[in-house]
Amino acid sequence: MISAAARRRRSGRQAAWNVLGIAVLVVMVFPVYWMVSTAFKPDNEINSSTPTWFPTDATLSHFREAIAGVDHPFFWNAVENTLIIVGITVALSMVLAFLAAVALAKYRFTGRKLFVVLMIGIQMLPQTGLVIPLYVVLRNYGLTKNEYVLFGVILTYMTFVLPFSVWTLRGFLLGIPRDLEEAAMVDGSSRLGAFVRILLPLVAPGLVATSVFAFVTSWNEYIFANVLLLDQSKQTVTVWLSYFTGTSRHTDWGALMAASTVIAVPVMLFFLLVQRKMRFGLTAGAVKG
Amino acid sequence: MTSFPAEPSITAEPGVSRARRRLTWARVGRASVPYLLILPVLAAVGTILGYPLYNLVTLSFQRYGLFELIQHSGHWIGTSNYGSILHDSVFWHTLLRTVIFTIANVGLTMVLGTAMALLLVQVSAWLRVALTVGLVLVWSVPAVVAVQIWYWMTNFQNGVLNYVLGAGEHDWYATTFSQLSIVTALIVWAAIPFVTITVYAGLAQVPAELVDAASIDGAGSVRIFRDVTFPILKPILLILTSLSIIWDFGVFTQPYLLIGKEHLNSSNYLMGVYVYIKGYAEADFGRGAAISILMLLIVAILSVFYVRKMVRMEAVE
Repeated sequence: MISAAARRRRSGRQAAWNVLGIAVLVVMVFPVYWMVSTAFKPDNEINSSTPTWFPTDATLSHFREAIAGVDHPFFWNAVENTLIIVGITVALSMVLAFLAAVALAKYRFTGRKLFVVLMIGIQMLPQTGLVIPLYVVLRNYGLTKNEYVLFGVILTYMTFVLPFSVWTLRGFLLGIPRDLEEAAMVDGSSRLGAFVRILLPLVAPGLVATSVFAFVTSWNEYIFANVLLLDQSKQTVTVWLSYFTGTSRHTDWGALMAASTVIAVPVMLFFLLVQRKMRFGLTAGAVKG
Repeated sequence: MTSFPAEPSITAEPGVSRARRRLTWARVGRASVPYLLILPVLAAVGTILGYPLYNLVTLSFQRYGLFELIQHSGHWIGTSNYGSILHDSVFWHTLLRTVIFTIANVGLTMVLGTAMALLLVQVSAWLRVALTVGLVLVWSVPAVVAVQIWYWMTNFQNGVLNYVLGAGEHDWYATTFSQLSIVTALIVWAAIPFVTITVYAGLAQVPAELVDAASIDGAGSVRIFRDVTFPILKPILLILTSLSIIWDFGVFTQPYLLIGKEHLNSSNYLMGVYVYIKGYAEADFGRGAAISILMLLIVAILSVFYVRKMVRMEAVE
């Protein structure tokens, strides 16, 4: 039996931890809150030397200006380019990575270890170190020309998406019990039948999670996009955002934060969706970049 | 059925009608299937990465500027790119600065990230959910967006940081130390969620009976952490630390965009920025390639521990 005094002491300590926890939460989330709230604030509140902590009269004018304003053209071009690049990168990578992941999860073969080292090692390469040769090689093949440059970027992104996709999918495949697969075969189905009816539904969550990681990595990529996509009409959203403040000395903070919000929201939604999968392990760490 | 594209992913298991071919098919098939499966990935990675890496090595021995880029051929100059870099004090200063920067960033990230994971265990369930969601939100902010947020918060005129600190119109981008401190704050803030959530998952492996037993024996919370929790967390912490070192050493987007082009100079370069400006922005590709090689070598040495650890984990699974 816990005495009343002990229980009180315990709840007191719990309250202290909670106060600390709330303080940490406020500090960590504040920058995100500040971005969203600035995006909705009228200009006089943004440009006042005393900040408005809780805006009361929200405005959508910054969003309108950010995505359709005359000062910041090419937003929709950037969205279109990004969706093309991300879509093709993710689709191709998933197919290729899935095949390789099956090889790693279900087979033992000579050279397997070397392949694993290669997959992990590539993720460790500092991307800035590869900017120069990739630029020179793609240029020599004419892939930096405006009409092919998106293709060049897709190829580049695939190299960085593939290794962690192989690695993550392999983890998901390992999680599938062999018995299930064998049970399906005993039932008289072929291996292909077993694959389609048993394996695929089980791997589907893994494929979704890995696709999300791949989506986020390519959506967020800045280094190579900045080097390869020089024409304004070919830029991705991250490059578009990086030039947002570029020209004038006076920054339109409201529009900048509105633009930032628009670009961050898809990623945030996806992250929250696969949040539980992410605790799945260190593999998710590969997403950072 | 055999035309189904996914079939190679399952070992060759011929149908009854092809029973006679079974022996050879099965033998050759079984052996080659895994190689066929990894071939597409190998081909993609090999062409897009293998050739540029080879190119990087040859470029580093050439004079290769804008003129040579247009001509599609460099000028072989031996090791003089390396010689001039290794005799350049900017390179050594940048390297030293990056090492100090990396130690500070990784140290702060690991200590704060682990502390927050321990905090997650202590708080009430509702707050744990709120904190997890908050951390995932922070984790999900794209680097370029994070830079813009911090740029706005640290603005000298209406930035919220100056208001909170009562610092008037303090310019956070006036000195190298101040610039890199803001970059550090940004990177640590963005990196904490990954560390916290991973360490928190690792804490679940710590048996509650062990902690209870230690506390009944009279061990304080510091002792319990040092003698019970920490040894179990150690492998995870080591992997996280080596990953953070590799990432922070080569960091580019945050310092490049937050410090800004007009403020970047040899007094505040980090390796990632240095290699980009020397090689790409100044269009001295040969020299840039040589710096890249030196940087890749350093990171390769730093990565050995991590890669070995992961390969060993892979073999156990």
